[in-house]
Amino acid sequence: MTTHDAFRISRRGLLKAGAASASVPALSGASTAAAAPAATPAATPVNLVVNGRPRLLVLDTRTSLLDALREHLHLTGTKKGCDHGQCGACTVLVDGRRIKSCLTLAVMHEGAAVTTIEGLGQPGNLHPMQAAFVRHDGYQCGYCTPGQICSAVGVLGEIEQGIPSHVSSDLTARPLLSAAELRERMSGNICRCGAYSNIVDAITEVAGANPGGKA
Amino acid sequence: MKSFSYERASSPAQAIAAAARTPGARFIAGGTNLLDLMKLEIETPAHLIDVNGLGFERIEPTDDGGLRIGALVRNTDLAAHATVRRDYAVLSRALLAGASGQLRNKATTAGNLLQRTRCPYFYDTQMACNKRQPGSGCTAIGGVNRQHAIVGTSDACIATHPSDMAVAMRVLDAAVETMRPDGTRRTIPIADFHRLPGRTPQVESALARGELITSVRLPAPVGGRHFYAKVRDRASYAFALVSVAAIVQRDGTGRVALGGVAHKPWRIEAAERELPRGAGAVTAALLADARPSEHNAFKVTLVERTLDAVLADARS
Repeated sequence: MTTHDAFRISRRGLLKAGAASASVPALSGASTAAAAPAATPAATPVNLVVNGRPRLLVLDTRTSLLDALREHLHLTGTKKGCDHGQCGACTVLVDGRRIKSCLTLAVMHEGAAVTTIEGLGQPGNLHPMQAAFVRHDGYQCGYCTPGQICSAVGVLGEIEQGIPSHVSSDLTARPLLSAAELRERMSGNICRCGAYSNIVDAITEVAGANPGGKA
Repeated sequence: MKSFSYERASSPAQAIAAAARTPGARFIAGGTNLLDLMKLEIETPAHLIDVNGLGFERIEPTDDGGLRIGALVRNTDLAAHATVRRDYAVLSRALLAGASGQLRNKATTAGNLLQRTRCPYFYDTQMACNKRQPGSGCTAIGGVNRQHAIVGTSDACIATHPSDMAVAMRVLDAAVETMRPDGTRRTIPIADFHRLPGRTPQVESALARGELITSVRLPAPVGGRHFYAKVRDRASYAFALVSVAAIVQRDGTGRVALGGVAHKPWRIEAAERELPRGAGAVTAALLADARPSEHNAFKVTLVERTLDAVLADARS
């Protein structure tokens, strides 16, 4: 309950204090961990490769991957919505697979490659999925959008690998790139503005399939 | 979240030794349920043993024609495995009906079996719950209990087991393989793995303290047509009100297990003899001892209608 919580509250007054986050500042680069003060008994070092860049952090064990990204690496593109795995706003790609970064501990990902929305594309150099979301107006307020886009990139990878879904009629056939498939596969990302149909159109365009493909 | 210490285990022996040595220790793999409960301080482990490095990620054939699924196989990978899709389709279907893509990428086979109820009164630490705080009472009995169990309940607890995967494993006669704290191994039939609440609803499985699941074994495929029908309040990403796992043979015989109705996957083998007589007869036998609460009597009808739809599909 030290300076770090004060920092969090000043930035995000609605966040409850005491959530999992360390009081040790982020360390970038290598081999400086020994210099970090051991401010909590449970501080643990973890190496991550975030958007292609090696990062060494010393974290309170309670720190979620989401909080490590946002509060320690200041990659605030990844959003905290429910913090309970229900909304999908915190979706990132870890070793190429989409997961909810709020429901995993940073220390559980030693050596992992993490891709956030900042790593997918940047202003002037958008990822095709980002460009398609813009083109199709796949958002309104934009809060869920980084999670939607990371999830959508993950979905296309899963379809490419032939992973079936709940709505795949034939489990052993290659999955279709239909609107019904995309809606089912994106069901872990909630959009309270209701941009769903435009999101499906954006993903469909990137997948190279016909917009509004048959269910 | 309460503070905890953390270690990564690199072998099963190291993991069980750490669990035996450390009071309040828990294994963590996917973490999608445990961390959620830790944020709410419903689970407060003093020590976490990360078992992700134990190498239990393989799916391999067994000598008797079955399949051994490593405890750490992710739900996505199990659902997508070619042999599972072909020979154990009910298991693929059940997995794909559960959670969301992101969660299935993280959640493991063993963790899915051990996930805890989503009873809202278990989650609300202001409410009495015999599962969360033994002896405090059950708010669900007499509360809003539309989602709750209708059979196998007790005066102490009417929670359901939330897993879809476990219902398919029950209909497939799976067995849970473990390593005990003394290093010996044992095999627990899935029928005996989950417990009814009785007077100790906080005891949910047959696992001893510090016992580690290493794999789940499926017997040789039994053929037939496989179904997993899940009825829920929205089309995706919700827990079951009722689910039916079924394997139906060409001659109309088969197996049926239910989800969403009890503290464990609900199967009564004797009820399956009624399959040729239709969904009504099977449901009557499966739910003969049902004791619905104020808001969930509809589940009895819903089971019959869902099973009827499955059997109609099987005949088509």
